[in-house]
Amino acid sequence: MSSVIPHHHDLVACHECDLLQRLPPEHGPARVRCVRCGCVLHSHGRDPVALPLALGLSALVLFVLSLSFPLLHFSLQGQLDSTHLIAGIRELFAQGMPVLAVVVAFTIVIAPAVHILLLIHLYLPLAFGRRPPAFAATLRLAQAIVPWSMLEIFLLGILVATVKLAEQASIQPGPAAWALAALVLVLATASTQVHPHRLWDRVA
Amino acid sequence: MTVVPMTAGTHDLIACHTCGLVSRRSETPGRQRCPRCAAPLHKRIPRSLSRSWAFLIAAMLLYVPANLLPVMAVTTLGQTRSDTILSGAAYLLLHGMWPLALIVFVASVLVPLTKIAILIYLLISVQRRSSWRPLDRLRLYRFTEFVGRWSMVDVFVVSVLVALVHLGQLAQIEAGAGAFYFAAVVVLTMLAAKTFDPRLIWDNVSPRDER
Repeated sequence: MSSVIPHHHDLVACHECDLLQRLPPEHGPARVRCVRCGCVLHSHGRDPVALPLALGLSALVLFVLSLSFPLLHFSLQGQLDSTHLIAGIRELFAQGMPVLAVVVAFTIVIAPAVHILLLIHLYLPLAFGRRPPAFAATLRLAQAIVPWSMLEIFLLGILVATVKLAEQASIQPGPAAWALAALVLVLATASTQVHPHRLWDRVA
Repeated sequence: MTVVPMTAGTHDLIACHTCGLVSRRSETPGRQRCPRCAAPLHKRIPRSLSRSWAFLIAAMLLYVPANLLPVMAVTTLGQTRSDTILSGAAYLLLHGMWPLALIVFVASVLVPLTKIAILIYLLISVQRRSSWRPLDRLRLYRFTEFVGRWSMVDVFVVSVLVALVHLGQLAQIEAGAGAFYFAAVVVLTMLAAKTFDPRLIWDNVSPRDER
């Protein structure tokens, strides 16, 4: 006996208040909200595969750029220096704070990398009509990793640090800073375009 | 007779966290998995309240050293100056950088304290089976979930500064233990919010008190 309720595929339970509701037909409004708490239950309209795939591939290019080019150029009393995205992590390790270095590495390198690679892993096969390997697990991880990827907060941190040093030193943004700013926008858009329910309808 | 709102919970149904499919709850004990995506199914997040309390209490304990210990020490021309979170914000304010002081104060002081207070209130209100203004309590929960990550900004400021300023004799910035405890507080409050199941807020609500 299957425990799926037959003919009730349009039934959803709100994940924030658990209210049972029936989804309107596909040609209804683009975004369906819970009648009780207003949480988004379902959205359709844009292509659920092409847009996230394009965003994932752009993010990959921008991420590689932000890792490989200098982030900030720095000059203090005639001495010039430039720093990369991962320099802070290395320096924290060198100063004997390995746990803090790992937290920073996780939030600004590992989590964004996992997020980007999972987007491509999920959407590239889907774009060719195939079911991605380990679909359920990777889709779950792709959603769970999002709050731990903190590049937008890191960008604010760069801004605060730059202004803090502005009195003593001259600081110019490097190519990686611009790539990072674009990456933040691309990843923020990508995280609003992942619709697990629609993907499941497609692969099931 | 009171009318109970139709939730998945009251109708012996479970919605999958991963794919959203609504299934019937099995009567056999043991772990049930989603028939579509094989993710484990739970009516509510298991032991949500006790785990959320555990993360929250740990965060509150670490909040003390996070504020008392210096987050970084700046050495320029032989002189060393260490800053805690609060003295760092005060330094910015005294040097006329008040927009920056405001960002640091909101992200590093106001947000963590508000977040801890809101989570304590939500946990207690659910334990006391409160049915008072569930929608507003859910909004508080969404607020803490959205805003909590931004407290990491001070940790990133430290990591950018240590990378920028290591020019030998001229200046040197070292990260302090306060930065580590502060990062731990942010991570622990994020975990406390993640393990709290917002549907618990609605479990004691009858339609009469809904708005």
